[in-house]
Formats: sequence, structure tokens, C-alpha cells
Amino acid sequence: MKLERSNSERRGGGGRVVNDVGGLDFNAIDQSEHELTFYEKRVDAMLMVLVGNSVFRVDALRRAIESYAEQEYDGIPYYDRWMKAIRDLLIEQEVLDADAIEVRISEVCDRLEKEGLEVDRAPVV
Amino acid sequence: MLNSIPPQRFKAGDHVRVLDRPSIGHCRTPVYLRGRSGIIIGVAGRYLDPEKLAYHKPGMPAHLLYRIRFRQVNIWDTYTGTDADDLEADIFEYWLENATKENKK
Repeated sequence: MKLERSNSERRGGGGRVVNDVGGLDFNAIDQSEHELTFYEKRVDAMLMVLVGNSVFRVDALRRAIESYAEQEYDGIPYYDRWMKAIRDLLIEQEVLDADAIEVRISEVCDRLEKEGLEVDRAPVV
Repeated sequence: MLNSIPPQRFKAGDHVRVLDRPSIGHCRTPVYLRGRSGIIIGVAGRYLDPEKLAYHKPGMPAHLLYRIRFRQVNIWDTYTGTDADDLEADIFEYWLENATKENKK
């Protein structure tokens, strides 16, 4: 569901970061539940493994997500935000190389297309 | 070192105000509580500093985290509920100052 912020109040001396929405007006909260997908469980598991092995703290994940622009933060699903932040932090911590990630994504896309699946190759920015 | 831990500045029942200051980077103190006053309920624990952990720093020194009760009428300038409505939030000690009473901002 698309979020619609009806104001962008700035109180106090510091700018409000994108996740700090307390007191802002929004449209109704989508309270519908769904079973976690396999993808969502894998993202969760990946985060636990990385945090458990001290690659970064969950505080860093939050910081990475909070750095997104408002349109991006509001526009992508919860676990996609995690996935993107994990990608950014793995590069930041020099665990993986950005180019290597792109090459690997491309390889996986090729394989899935060969299997007859429709693939969205839009880059993750 | 145990003796390097600074003394606890606040106790249950103390009136405190959340500092109304800018933050840079990762911060757990929500904007809507900055400058607002409440009463200390107790200490939630002592935790490594998330503002530093977020940048891969050790997060030292650890800070006391207090649970604070705010009256909704003291938070929202246009609140229309009753005076009895409240809200509890956990705020780190270094974000708090003494307040003489539970006054509005």
C-alpha cells in the first residue's frame, strides 16, 4: 500500500529523519497480515547470520535504512528495505564487492530466464 | 572498570525534559518527544550507545536508558483526549535534563 504523508513537519533544531514519523499524518495503516514468504524468511535468516557473526550490528541496519530518501523509504516493502541495507552494509564493510554483486545478480537472472521465469532486471539503487 | 561508571542522574518520580536539540545520523530519540517533559518510571537498563554502534563503533560508554511516562496532552499541542492518557518511552540519560514540573513545552 502506498503511504501518503499529508505533512512534513520539522520540529526542533534537527531535521526529522525518514523513519521518525511519530505525529505526522498518514492515510490508514494497512493492518492486513500475510504468511511470511520464503524470500522474507531468507532475508531474515541472512540478517541473523550477519549480525550473529558480528559483520555489523542491527543498529547499522537501521541507520542504513534511515538514510533512504522519503520516496524510497515509503515505496519499498519492509524486507526489501532490509535486503537493500544488507547489500549496502556488506559493501561498506568490504565483505562483498559492488561489481561482484551485480555480476552475480546478472548470472542468477540469466539462469531464472532459462528456466522460463519472468525476471525484473531493474537495478537496485 | 566499575568505578568508571558515572552515577545515575535520575530516579523514579523525577520530572525530566527530553533535550530539544538536533541529531546527526542514527538517533533513537523521536522528534515528537524532544522538548517534552515527563516522569521517570525507572531504569530500563544500561546499553551500548546505538548512535555509535550504527557506525560500527564499540558504543562505549554504555548509557542508562530510562522509562519515562509522558502525558499525551503534554506531547501533542492539539490533543483532544483526556488528561489521563499517557505514553511510555525509553530515552537515554544523555538526552534528558531536569524539569521542575511536568510542564508543556
